[in-house]
Amino acid sequence: MGLTAEESGRIAALLDTHADKLTASWTDTIAVSLRGRLTRAELLKQVQDLHRATLDALRSGDFDLAAAGSGALRAALVDLSRSRARQGFSASETAITVFGLKKALFDVVDTRGADPQVLADLIAAGLMIDDLGLFTFETYAKTREELIADQAEQLLELATPVVKLWEGVVAIPLVGTLDSARAQVVMERLLETLVETSSPYAIIDITGVPAVDTQVAQHILKTVVAARLMGAECIISGIRPQIAQTIVALGIEFGDIATKATLADALRHALRMIEASRKGRSN
Amino acid sequence: MERVPVLKIGDILLVSIQVDMQDQTALALQEDLADRIVATGCHGVIIDITALDIVDSFVGRMLSSIAAISRVLDAETVVVGMRPAVAITLVELGLSLDGIRTALNVERGMELLAQSRADEPDLGLDLGLDLADLDSFGPTATP
Repeated sequence: MGLTAEESGRIAALLDTHADKLTASWTDTIAVSLRGRLTRAELLKQVQDLHRATLDALRSGDFDLAAAGSGALRAALVDLSRSRARQGFSASETAITVFGLKKALFDVVDTRGADPQVLADLIAAGLMIDDLGLFTFETYAKTREELIADQAEQLLELATPVVKLWEGVVAIPLVGTLDSARAQVVMERLLETLVETSSPYAIIDITGVPAVDTQVAQHILKTVVAARLMGAECIISGIRPQIAQTIVALGIEFGDIATKATLADALRHALRMIEASRKGRSN
Repeated sequence: MERVPVLKIGDILLVSIQVDMQDQTALALQEDLADRIVATGCHGVIIDITALDIVDSFVGRMLSSIAAISRVLDAETVVVGMRPAVAITLVELGLSLDGIRTALNVERGMELLAQSRADEPDLGLDLGLDLADLDSFGPTATP
């Protein structure tokens, strides 16, 4: 929503004349809602920055938040909502930082028996503040989404370590639910480690996987087949009693893939296979 | 046309594919390899595909037919050095290289071939027969 040059000029004058009272009242409104999590001095500084940026934007002529003249104001709002989102403030606590101006404006201007022109300006100013608020809220939501995406990625990295158990044996202890995205990461990580360490045996330990359904089994089977294509053999270990029952009930076939109850059994099996191939060679 | 070199190392023929496989290249490789197996009497073939970023159904079929040709000529084929991304793609495409043995790298491939040769019973040596003795069973032999 835009304002004409005249309107924005009058609103700028209004904001300028009552500058000190406005910022003080504005800061109070925010301080109450944040309940002391930011100091008054910090808030006052933020409010003064916003006030100045708004004035500059209004004085640049026809006001429009999307226009080039409001670049500094947009930057100030983005900074504000980013820092609020990162510090963990809620959506309404962030929004009130902007909407506080509206309340302050209504407090400062005496509306009783006021000139209709002043009332019209107040309404226009109110609509402008709504715009600023919406913009802040959108940036806030975007920042939160970025945060969540970052954390999801970090979680993905954390949850899939591949460890070398023995010369020629690597293990991947899976912890948590295995969805398609994670299965893909697990598969790639495991296969890359097989190449790097040139290990012919891999143990996939599913002790930490809460449930095995047909989809999870499908992912594990794909990993095993891919490893075989590369010339490595996989052993599945850590199958808990309930999981074994589920696997049979669902009719999942692991075919000729070795499955063991514990990681220790799987390692013993792998070492035995390595020993057997070594003997075969020396004969 | 590019040709893929076939190297002889001991009892093994090593083929390292470094170029994009076209129809002509693949056919030439099959012919060269068959000729070399017969000429050298090798019993093992290692195909190294470390340099291949893409393995499609065409290359998959070529590998399968090389393995089949080698088997007819009593040589075993091992495909080595398949990259993780390639393996994943093949699985997603549902292509399984049937009848082909695989190993992680050339070294492991050579171990695998040496092992499977060792597993085969070597009749001539085990029975302690000497070719010279066989002459005495011929029709001209007289007691």
